[in-house]
Amino acid sequence: MAREGLGLEITELRLGLPCGEPQKNEKKRMFSEIDGGVGEENGGSGDRKIIEKKNQVVGWPPVCSYRKKNMNEGSKMYMKVSMDGAPYLRKIDLGLHKGYLELALALEKLFGCCGIEALKDAENCEHVPIYEDKDGDWMLVGDVPWEMFIESCKRLRIMKRSDAKGFGLQPKGSLKRFI
Amino acid sequence: MNYFPDEVIEHVFDYVVSHSDRNSLSLVCKSWYRIERFTRQRVFIGNCYSISPERLVERFPDLKSLTLKGKPHFADFSLVPHGWGGFVYPWIEALAKSKVGLEELRLKRMVVSDESLELLSRSFMNFKSLVLVSCEGFTTDGLAAVAANCRSLRELDLQENEVEDHKGQWLSCFPENCTSLVSLNFACLKGEINIGALERLVARSPNLKSLRLNRSVPVDALQRILMRAPQLMDLGIGSFFHDLNSDAYAKLRTTILKCTSITSLSGFLEVAPFSLAAMYPICQNLTSLNLSYAAGIQGSELIKLIRHCGKLQRLWIMDCIGDKGLGVVATACKDLQELRVFPSAPFGNQGAVTEKGLVAISMGCRKLHSLLYFCHQMTNAALITVAKNCPNFIRFRLCILDATKPDPDTMQPLDEGFGAIVQSCKQLRRLSLSGQLTDQVFLYIGMYAEQLEMLSIAFAGETDKGMLYVLNGCKKLRKLEIRDCPFGDTALLTDIGKYETMRSLWMSSCEVTVGACKTLAKKMPSLNVEIFGEGEQADCYVEDGQRVEKMYLYRTVAGKREDAPEYVWTL
Repeated sequence: MAREGLGLEITELRLGLPCGEPQKNEKKRMFSEIDGGVGEENGGSGDRKIIEKKNQVVGWPPVCSYRKKNMNEGSKMYMKVSMDGAPYLRKIDLGLHKGYLELALALEKLFGCCGIEALKDAENCEHVPIYEDKDGDWMLVGDVPWEMFIESCKRLRIMKRSDAKGFGLQPKGSLKRFI
Repeated sequence: MNYFPDEVIEHVFDYVVSHSDRNSLSLVCKSWYRIERFTRQRVFIGNCYSISPERLVERFPDLKSLTLKGKPHFADFSLVPHGWGGFVYPWIEALAKSKVGLEELRLKRMVVSDESLELLSRSFMNFKSLVLVSCEGFTTDGLAAVAANCRSLRELDLQENEVEDHKGQWLSCFPENCTSLVSLNFACLKGEINIGALERLVARSPNLKSLRLNRSVPVDALQRILMRAPQLMDLGIGSFFHDLNSDAYAKLRTTILKCTSITSLSGFLEVAPFSLAAMYPICQNLTSLNLSYAAGIQGSELIKLIRHCGKLQRLWIMDCIGDKGLGVVATACKDLQELRVFPSAPFGNQGAVTEKGLVAISMGCRKLHSLLYFCHQMTNAALITVAKNCPNFIRFRLCILDATKPDPDTMQPLDEGFGAIVQSCKQLRRLSLSGQLTDQVFLYIGMYAEQLEMLSIAFAGETDKGMLYVLNGCKKLRKLEIRDCPFGDTALLTDIGKYETMRSLWMSSCEVTVGACKTLAKKMPSLNVEIFGEGEQADCYVEDGQRVEKMYLYRTVAGKREDAPEYVWTL
């Protein structure tokens, strides 16, 4: 079967008889190889989704439409997020986000802080994001890989930096690398 | 046998229960046909267009239980355009007009309107059981009618249906004197229900054995329900979302300790992380666990839970369990008979399973006979090992997410692997293939799959020979469904008599032409040959040489159907 390489590195597969003669009603059936690595931390994740959707074959993989619809609702991992000084808490769905960058954006939307500014300039930001892990300990957000983080996070808290005076709060490796 | 009075023969027939055996009885002689038809209570119709409702009613006046299937299987994957057919109304209408005392109706892939549910609920005084699987076309108003009017209702089981929710009070429509419920499953409903009405219903249903809730039932209500129904054997939890530190959660943990009869658990449509520990006490009793809709459960939590489930026979999960997790299943669940692993992210890469997980399962779970496995890759070596370890497969459905992927170790097609499966598993009745496959795999299937009844093929094969190997070899084949394969007119027309021995044939995006379909339809009047495209008008197929987008043919004694939409051309 002939394979053509496209600039986007999507493999196009054309089904036909081995002799290679074009059919009367030439209808290319695209079946591209979807590149893995959805967990990448980059802004290109949105573009990747568009590419994936364009090349999906109708009805493949054969998951029944009812199940597909319910799957797309995503893994709901609602976490309480409290911010020091705020009168009420918020909830955030960690399952919707693919990484720390998206989390930062979401927090910024909710609280107007602890978003990109915190990532770029952790030392000067007024707030520090911490989370309670499954052992009940309060940890600094950003030390561990994203997958490990969402597995162990029970709730989030945005703490005032002034409450943590005296402690070196520079995250290991720094959240900066996630930008 | 003619010397025995009818009553004696009837009594003997009482012991013959399976549909195929009853069918055989009726073919022996005229008098047996007559006796059989008057004593038949359960009828199964695998294709609702194979016979007319009137004929059914006429032949079996004592009918109590009817099972009907409508749309072709590939309708599940959006390959059948909307409005194709499968309407249940004419059936209910015919049954209602006759004197049939219908008690049970089981439908799959049919279009069920509220009108048909209302007619059903008013027409049969003794109606007991309604099971709807993958159906559509009704709303909660129809359910309200069933609840209100079916006085002896025992079972209302809704599985994976598309139901329009009118935010009514359908559950409140069960009258106060309705105490007969044994099974209630409304997990697929999206809307809110009256929690108080549900709790009262459970309280007055002492025979309730199976209860599957939807997302709208909160945890505190779940706890109260479980207190009222300690006799429950099958539980589907809708929402399991709560604060781990709350009183409600603590109460639930205590209540669950009392639920020692639960052997089947499902649902968890929304889940609080780390809350599954509440379930550990009942895990040891579970024989069936379905977490395939529990997207909120992380792989590690899933594994921890399954470690406690030593008696599991059926397990449906998502692939976030990973190969390692399947290894845990293999050690913990020695009695496993049926496994389904669904993709959590069909187009992604996280938590996927590979051939390694399947091999691990095959080594630990020797009783495995049914498999549905969505994976990222498969090797011939793995399939050969699986075939050796588990020769008892009845259903083997493998779905590699990249449909034409070869063996990644050898870059070879998967012909040898599947060949090993069909050669080793002599009782195999259902097979779904995927991965890169040549005509060779079909040669193996034709040679070895003697019991095969249903075969699903996609993106496979090279020439017409592939399809012919199957049609010639598989004597018991009933359903063949093919998509995106290079099989054409020669394959279709070589053995047309074969199709009368089968329930149906589906071919889409293959190389079959209009002319060949016309020829087939002309030579075989006992078949309905339907061709259609993507909702285009039927008259777009003008030339005989034109390739057919979709073809569905099935044997029938009912002739051409009257309810086909405009885009379906029955030849």
